[in-house]
Amino acid sequence: MPTFLREASLKRHTVLDMLFRNLTRVSAFGVLMLLVAIIASLIVGSMPAIRAFGFGFLTSSEWDPVNDRFGALIPIVGTLVTSAIALLIAIPVSFGIAIFLTELSPRILRRPLGVAVELLAGIPSIIYGMWGLFIFAPLFADRIEPWLGAHIGTMPYIGPLFSGPPMGIGILTAGIILAIMVIPFIASVMRDVFEVVPTLLKESAYGLGATTWEVMWKVVLPYTKVGVAGGIMLGLGRALGETMAVTFVIGNSHELSKSLLMPGNSIASALANEFTEAYGGLYTSALIELGLILFFITFVVLSLARYMLFKLGQREGQAT
Amino acid sequence: MNSKLKQLIIGIATTAALVCASTSRATDITGAGATFPYPIYAKWAEAYKAQTGVAMNYQSIGSGGGIKQITSKTVDFGASDMPLKPEELEKNGLMQFPTVIGGVVPVVNVVGISAGTLKLDGATLANIYLGKITKWNDPALVALNKDIKLPDANITVVHRSDGSGTSFIFTNYLSKVSAEWKSAVGESTAVSWKAGIGGKGNEGVAANVQRMKNTIGYVEYAYALQNKMNTVQMKNRDGQFVKPEDNSFKAAAAGAQWDKAPGFYKILTDEAGKESWPISGATFVLMHKAQEKPETGKEVLKFFDWAYDKGGKLASELNYVPLPDNVVKLIRAAWKAQVKDAAGNALMK
Repeated sequence: MPTFLREASLKRHTVLDMLFRNLTRVSAFGVLMLLVAIIASLIVGSMPAIRAFGFGFLTSSEWDPVNDRFGALIPIVGTLVTSAIALLIAIPVSFGIAIFLTELSPRILRRPLGVAVELLAGIPSIIYGMWGLFIFAPLFADRIEPWLGAHIGTMPYIGPLFSGPPMGIGILTAGIILAIMVIPFIASVMRDVFEVVPTLLKESAYGLGATTWEVMWKVVLPYTKVGVAGGIMLGLGRALGETMAVTFVIGNSHELSKSLLMPGNSIASALANEFTEAYGGLYTSALIELGLILFFITFVVLSLARYMLFKLGQREGQAT
Repeated sequence: MNSKLKQLIIGIATTAALVCASTSRATDITGAGATFPYPIYAKWAEAYKAQTGVAMNYQSIGSGGGIKQITSKTVDFGASDMPLKPEELEKNGLMQFPTVIGGVVPVVNVVGISAGTLKLDGATLANIYLGKITKWNDPALVALNKDIKLPDANITVVHRSDGSGTSFIFTNYLSKVSAEWKSAVGESTAVSWKAGIGGKGNEGVAANVQRMKNTIGYVEYAYALQNKMNTVQMKNRDGQFVKPEDNSFKAAAAGAQWDKAPGFYKILTDEAGKESWPISGATFVLMHKAQEKPETGKEVLKFFDWAYDKGGKLASELNYVPLPDNVVKLIRAAWKAQVKDAAGNALMK
């Protein structure tokens, strides 16, 4: 009798296990299928544009819906430049936030500051866009851009990057708004990974006479670099694909300009702007191809990051 | 991005649900398309439902989407701010008719120019948007505005960044009055702008114009009115300077020769008439000529029939301009002649 019972319950468990295993498998493969399906439909949708323009699509700066001539250079450049500006600002600031929150902040401030950073991450992007357009852009145009133009705009080499009329909206503004948006992501990931560094390691370094900076730079950062890079990639992913906030402040102009103060365009913002009213096969198809390019850029960036981490890990192995 | 995707999926699901729900009841009608007439279609739908019990669901997904959806027959009628050319109508077996009139108004924000005083003509406006006139005290502007002291400042041009019927009417007007605009830019809901920055939607253009000094932009008339923007006077085809008002839009519609426009392909820009506002335009509804579901098709026609009869006041309240009576008559005649069921009988007798 007891053996029979045990066998029955064993059987039941095997069935349940199998069900559970298959359920998880379906979920995992479902994501994969979805990814493949999205790529496939993007490729199918952009076929007319690919056939019409070929690789010239990537290098042409023309965007003329009336005569059906399209090129993706301006949105590609805009996407990459705004994201680069965003990371350039966001990484050091986030690093500072994370150091302060884990090492230097008085215990009583840690929790409220940490919550504030996380709350920033939860604000919908359109709010950042509206704030950027109505509050930040006028301030930027009146106070900061004239100064940039007068002081940095006259310098050799980098001068042309900061010249032009102070409009308040443009590539640089979009980059700054993006920086504000990705800081909470990068900072909270950095803080979380910094917190798991064993106290023993840090205390040892301090015991050897290291300063806080040396401990952060030479002990904490190397120990957590995979996590930190992950946080940065998360931020970069958001910056590349951000639509609404960028649309508000980038100026949405299909013009290539040397100056960062001038309006430009990004892939996501061009899609958001033009997709609804796009009529005619080639126009829609060119927009879908833009989407495909964004997908590709994100894929390449993420792969590069993985590869970099892999290489770093390998070098470490050789050193020790 | 994730939340966007989620919204999109939810949006599609609700749309699908709405479409399913509405097709299951024979009398309800669905439409999709232009965003410009959405407020008035929604208002009409509400009043019409209260009177007749027939619901009209309209989704403002954009003119391009409206055209796609009516061509693939997923809705009972499509709506577009840009009329389809007669040959395009023919190709897809569609007919179109105008519903209400709106106008596009240039707005400025320049120190020293008080509301409603700046005078412009078509060629000058085209040259500003071509980037050829770059200063507010350009001789061409001074010649039109002898009584205003124009500042020595750069003009910042603002245009729509999204595809829009407003841009279509605006660029159509510039193409009519400037040969150079026509060859360099042309007319469409989205064009290759030669100067300036883009704002998303009327609100985006308005925000940029109000926020920055020495700017010029263009918005829908109702939008300019509700936000008390500094509008300009335009020189019309008869050489008169007119202000953007209900009357000047009506004058443009009345002066137009709709009976000579096959398929109601008529854009009310640069119309003759002393009081005509030169940048006006109607918004259009698209329907299939051969109705597979005659009952639904009939309900659509009845809805717009009611709107022409009783909806004028509601339209005026929202700062749209109702169509003149002679045009409505032509539309009713077109319904009778063109919209038919499978047996070839007219739906509206």
